[in-house]
Amino acid sequence: MALSREQIAQRVAREFNDGDYVNLGIGIPTLAANFVPDGMQVMLQSENGLLGMGPYPTKENVDADMINAGKETVTTATGAAIFSSAESFAMIRGGHVDITVLGAFEIDQNGNIASYMIPGKLVKGMGGAMDLVAGADNIIVTMTHANKHGESKLLEACTLPLTGVNCITKVITDLAYLEIIEGEFVLLERAPGVSVDEIKQKTAGKLRINGDVPEMQF
Amino acid sequence: MAGFDKVVTSYEQAMAGLEDNMTVIAGGFGLCGIPEGLIAEIKKKGTTGLTVVSNNCGVDGFGLGILLEDKQIKKMVSSYVGENALFEKQLLNGELEVELTPQGTLAEKMRAGGAGIPAFFTATGYGTLVGEGKEVREYNGRNYILEESITGDFAIVKAWKADRYGNCIYRHTAQNFNPMAATAGKITVVEVEEIVEPGELNPSEIHTPGIYVDRIILGTFEKRIEKITTAD
Repeated sequence: MALSREQIAQRVAREFNDGDYVNLGIGIPTLAANFVPDGMQVMLQSENGLLGMGPYPTKENVDADMINAGKETVTTATGAAIFSSAESFAMIRGGHVDITVLGAFEIDQNGNIASYMIPGKLVKGMGGAMDLVAGADNIIVTMTHANKHGESKLLEACTLPLTGVNCITKVITDLAYLEIIEGEFVLLERAPGVSVDEIKQKTAGKLRINGDVPEMQF
Repeated sequence: MAGFDKVVTSYEQAMAGLEDNMTVIAGGFGLCGIPEGLIAEIKKKGTTGLTVVSNNCGVDGFGLGILLEDKQIKKMVSSYVGENALFEKQLLNGELEVELTPQGTLAEKMRAGGAGIPAFFTATGYGTLVGEGKEVREYNGRNYILEESITGDFAIVKAWKADRYGNCIYRHTAQNFNPMAATAGKITVVEVEEIVEPGELNPSEIHTPGIYVDRIILGTFEKRIEKITTAD
């Protein structure tokens, strides 16, 4: 069965290491904060200028001056730091953030990502996504494997305007965990009960399968 | 005003000299840390043809969004603008131009502008629409595009506290783009929640040194919240 949003987030969290600084995009990536393994410390970076994002506040503690990059009211975690947007992107662009997790419309076998613009539809903007993908060495993309018409979102070449080039290395979809290595999607894990055939059928880009592909355990 | 005392007592004084077709750099992220009273004064003044440099353009009826109501903005330079229907309408009508700029590049354009650096190379946007037509240079096997910095005729900034000399401190994530905006205006106006006497702020804790600031005005703030999310 395809993974739920929570299961995708849970699988993402397994990529975290103790002591990592992590930037989580809006949507499924944000949920990964709920699945940080016990005993592990992870510091969340929010690109509006917060390192050490805490949970949502209680009603009494809502503060208009305390928001995250999704413009939601949040709190600070113990040991947090707050700074300017220039400082925030210095740490992003400078490669100081260990893991970046974000969603996408499409990715391709060369590690290109399209995530901010669909021609013909109103373009709202890239926000910090272009800086995030240009700056991080370890980017995880979360997305559904195929769109609602069953068409693959893991392509030979992206068709939509790009957010970044040659920058994506890991993809966690509702069907599989894959890495992008030397111009190929390498299938490393599949969702429980999802066949390799189904993944093959829904991957338009070049797919490499090495032997038996283990199922993810939850 | 005498010596370093930069406090003004009316919004007319605060925005004096703003003219049609000028460039205004505004601090703020969404509705967080925006100079509400200075924006209201621009609306009241009726200045038009403005180029506004700000991460976002407020929402319908609040923040920079109110400057759309009388079509005062000719062009927005922003990273994300989707939060207002009026913006969308004017953009589709061709009444408003938008230059989408990656958020970190926007922050750096302001920072560099204020620091006297006319342009810089960044990997952000290379190989995308943002990089089109821009000079590309390779450093250590990676491609970077040349981005030009930004300065404004005015910078409008929101700070928490300032002393009369213009030394400013921001509160929490209301800091965001404000410190860079403050450096990049020919005339920088700061609207604050509290004005204190020089010497009351700890010099080691100043975010924006007074040298960047031309005018300070005491404001009252609604501080509208875009998305209230709670643990309850």
